[in-house]
Amino acid sequence: MKTFPIGGVHPSDNKKWSKASAIEVMELPDVVNIPLSQHIGAPATAKVAKGDKVVVGQLLAEPTGFMSAAIHSPVSGTVTAVDMQPNGQGLRQMMITIKREGDEWDPSIDRSTKLVAECTLSQKEIVERIKAAGIVGMGGATFPTHVKLSIPEGKKAELLIINGVECEPYLTSDYRTMLERGELLVVGTRILMRAIGVEQAVIGVEANKPDAVKHLRQIIGTAGDIKVMMLKTQYPQGGEKQLIAAVMGREVPAPPALPIDVGAVVCNASTAVAVYEAVQKNKPLIERVVTVTGAEVKEPKNLLTRFGTPVSALIEKCGGLPEGDVRVLNGGPMMGRALCNLAMPIMKGCSGVTIISGEAAHRGVESACIKCAKCVEACPMGLEPYLLSKQARKKAWDAMEANDITSCIECGCCQYTCPANIPLLDYVRLGKQTVMGIIRARNAKK
Amino acid sequence: MSTLIYTIITLCVIGIVSALVLYFVAQKFKVEEDPRIDDVEKMLPGANCGGCGFPGCRGLATALVESDDISSLYCSVGGDSCMGSIAEYLGKVAPKKEPTVATVRCGGTCEKRPHTNTYIGATSCAIASSLYVGETGCAYGCLGYGDCVEACAFDAIHINPETGLAEVDADKCTACGACVKACPKGIIELRKKWPKNRAIYVSCVSRDKGAVTMKACKAGCIGCSKCLKVCEFGAITIENNLAYIDPTKCRLCRKCVGECPTGAIKMIGLAPLVKKEPAPKAEGGATTTAPAATPKPQSTESAPAAATKQVENKEA
Amino acid sequence: MANKFLVAPAPHVHGSLSTSRLMADVVIALLPALAVSVRVFGWNVLAVTAVSIASCVLLEFLVQKFLFKGPLTINNLSAVVTGLLLAMNLPANIPLWIVVIGAIVAIGIAKMPFGGLGKNPFNPALAARVFLLIAYPAQMTSFPAPQIEGAADAFSGATPLAAAKAQMVTFAGDNLLEMFTGTIGGSFGEVSALALLLGFVYLLVRRVITWHIPVATLGTMALFGAIYALCALGGGMTTLYFPAFHLLAGGALLGSIFMATDYVTSPMTTKGMVIYGVGIGAITMCIRLWGAYPEGMSFAILIMNAMVPLINKYVKPKRFGAR
Repeated sequence: MKTFPIGGVHPSDNKKWSKASAIEVMELPDVVNIPLSQHIGAPATAKVAKGDKVVVGQLLAEPTGFMSAAIHSPVSGTVTAVDMQPNGQGLRQMMITIKREGDEWDPSIDRSTKLVAECTLSQKEIVERIKAAGIVGMGGATFPTHVKLSIPEGKKAELLIINGVECEPYLTSDYRTMLERGELLVVGTRILMRAIGVEQAVIGVEANKPDAVKHLRQIIGTAGDIKVMMLKTQYPQGGEKQLIAAVMGREVPAPPALPIDVGAVVCNASTAVAVYEAVQKNKPLIERVVTVTGAEVKEPKNLLTRFGTPVSALIEKCGGLPEGDVRVLNGGPMMGRALCNLAMPIMKGCSGVTIISGEAAHRGVESACIKCAKCVEACPMGLEPYLLSKQARKKAWDAMEANDITSCIECGCCQYTCPANIPLLDYVRLGKQTVMGIIRARNAKK
Repeated sequence: MSTLIYTIITLCVIGIVSALVLYFVAQKFKVEEDPRIDDVEKMLPGANCGGCGFPGCRGLATALVESDDISSLYCSVGGDSCMGSIAEYLGKVAPKKEPTVATVRCGGTCEKRPHTNTYIGATSCAIASSLYVGETGCAYGCLGYGDCVEACAFDAIHINPETGLAEVDADKCTACGACVKACPKGIIELRKKWPKNRAIYVSCVSRDKGAVTMKACKAGCIGCSKCLKVCEFGAITIENNLAYIDPTKCRLCRKCVGECPTGAIKMIGLAPLVKKEPAPKAEGGATTTAPAATPKPQSTESAPAAATKQVENKEA
Repeated sequence: MANKFLVAPAPHVHGSLSTSRLMADVVIALLPALAVSVRVFGWNVLAVTAVSIASCVLLEFLVQKFLFKGPLTINNLSAVVTGLLLAMNLPANIPLWIVVIGAIVAIGIAKMPFGGLGKNPFNPALAARVFLLIAYPAQMTSFPAPQIEGAADAFSGATPLAAAKAQMVTFAGDNLLEMFTGTIGGSFGEVSALALLLGFVYLLVRRVITWHIPVATLGTMALFGAIYALCALGGGMTTLYFPAFHLLAGGALLGSIFMATDYVTSPMTTKGMVIYGVGIGAITMCIRLWGAYPEGMSFAILIMNAMVPLINKYVKPKRFGAR
């Protein structure tokens, strides 16, 4: 079975809690908060003001420049504020607050469940529609999809890879999407292939989801354009570069190189479904499947949730927070961000809410590095985390740059595996941010 | 016997050859350097703190010797006397600066600023602040993990375990600015150093709206403008819901201190101003927030509020 | 709300590895060899082991408590491993006071002055063994004869290597099997190749170590031995027997599996580990064949220990995406 060439760890995937529960539609919230920055790049520019009436699917904010994404209203109602509000990390962020009234949709959206498989639009039209729908990478990186699909001059896409790996432990939103919305996914994949002009696509799925593989293969049938590839269950199999290496056997060079440099375009499985809805049904990105899970969550679920719904509402729906010490995460346990504010609205990149409770919520006590080299062994990018973290503590930014810190994908394998409980990634990430800042400043000077 | 002689001879030959090699290498790679650099370096404090902007004292010494105009070079550790003697030695005009002291502008003690969560990541302000808001509701206040303590080469700043805030020992502080750079929240400012370490400053950098600040912290500046109205010297400005006392204009008249409804204006080394009407002392005011510096009756030297150059405050 | 919200950067879960688990695995891996030693040399082996471990642990505890005054990390079992490995490197009939001196050197000189676990440049157990070898050569090289019936008595009192040295051996291939199963005298950890290999397999299965260092070391020794046999001993079957003899004799297995793989004093990258292993193998064979000592493993490992910082600095793992 194929996998990436170096490193990786095997955390227990713990998908058992939520994998069996079918996608449920989450109740509409009474008030939604829509952050203007739900993607990588410039925050969108608000197009509505306090007092405006909006309907579902109406444009709330338009992209600010190319590297940005549009934002649409997930509910119908009245805008009550466009204001700075604390996000999940408590940091102030511009958000549009809407008080919901009913559920009135923009009439141009096709809400029927009929599968529309035919697509005759041109490449440009497809990308335009995707851009207009505000679609971003839904695996968590939230990279605007239209940017990804706009192949730069002189480069050529050879293969579209649909990322159905979902290597992040606990989460099952992509898995349920593949199982329940597989037909849409396959059509979405074909649209994406058309958009970048390739004949071949591969859907990569980890070996711990054999039923998803079987289901997708069944849908595709004898059509030869899309292959479903089962990949070894190993974290971070779903990392973009790791996935490309596993599927194509090609390694994306160090930044600033991009996947397109080796001829690959990677899109998340849920993104492909969103692309289908945007292109065939004219439905902008206003909702997504969110897994709510955790060892002590009473009823783990996969909820089809409108954006702007507060995390607290989802947790309530799943039986409430467990007692005692908790770490509530936006995302999965390896790369998710801890929340200090349960009012955080669900956003485009939020694939799950993971609740780690009790003793597991605490970190182990840090002890001396015994130079066991487990972190070097685990690093999927071939870096030396022990060294980088030491250099970050000493603020030796130049040395970190020389040791290829910018290649770090922050997957957390090093810290996961460290027997001495050293917060390796905490420091490595700090170093990466600082070095990236230094590089940006240097480039700006030139 | 012959073994002994051979041994001695061999060792001697090796020694002589090595000496010759070393001699020629030393000649070949000799670096001509102005001998005054060594002298100036000796005159500098030798703390190698980097406060001057150079990697160490030698860097500053080289710059002092090599540049004609040294007005932009300054060692805050040595101060005016040190710079004066160096300038005299080099025959240049001595740069002058008002002495400054690092000032931590946050009054959000554990008591005033309740914790809403517990941080268990690596003990570093930089890491915590890049992750999230911090353990309290205030997005601007002191995190208390001691990046400034680590940065200080003079043991002049410490985290008070009771308040959870950084505190500067003004007598030890050399105003090198290392803590200012280290603080990811931009809380620390180099402010004019008054005699006897007296000071009046707004101990808050929150740019949140008053109501938001109030919810997160009882000691925050809510931007109510009361202080602005009583200041006779035009030293106070309000921007982004935050008052700022310009240290070059402030005369330590203390009028603003009593006006502040939250006690965000901190006074050190001064007795509270006796008001005509019964003192509003009870309202969390000056005396409670000012640390236990001995209140001295006023004999404020008329402050030459001229030449203090304000070090730019690093934005987060 | 009764909840306490904990916040930390990702990752939010941790694997099952811990320092104490890794150390415990090393101890478990050494147990078969210890058991064979007890069978071969009698209960004295346990006395030496107990004294060695107890003094190492006690010493580390005292240093941490009264000199470092920092957190006590004695429960990470690293001192137990040091003590056990030290004992494994001693003859079974060694006076116990020498064992205590060995422990003092290992913990008091080779480990704690550098800052304790993780910071020592040299393997503490080996440093102690070499110290004892130089300070008490008589006690360190008079090995008791095996106490079981039918044991080969050919080299009574001396290890096969010492005998080999004496004869500048050329070696006879008749007792290879005994060396493998372990009925021949020597430091008690070195006795049974089988037991040591069992430990190796355990360490590999538990992913405590990787194969690189032992295989590189032993491979180099075998290759070196074969070439030597071919050139100096006239080839023939000796080309096979001679390397086999060298792998089984002395501390080759104990050293390459348990001593050279010590985390703290070995390189961080697989490439570095191979270089390190090759170096150990080559130096060992040089000392064995041309040096004054019959056994060179300890010296070879210590010499390569000194090279480790250099290896770590210049040997980098292959970066993902690098051509």
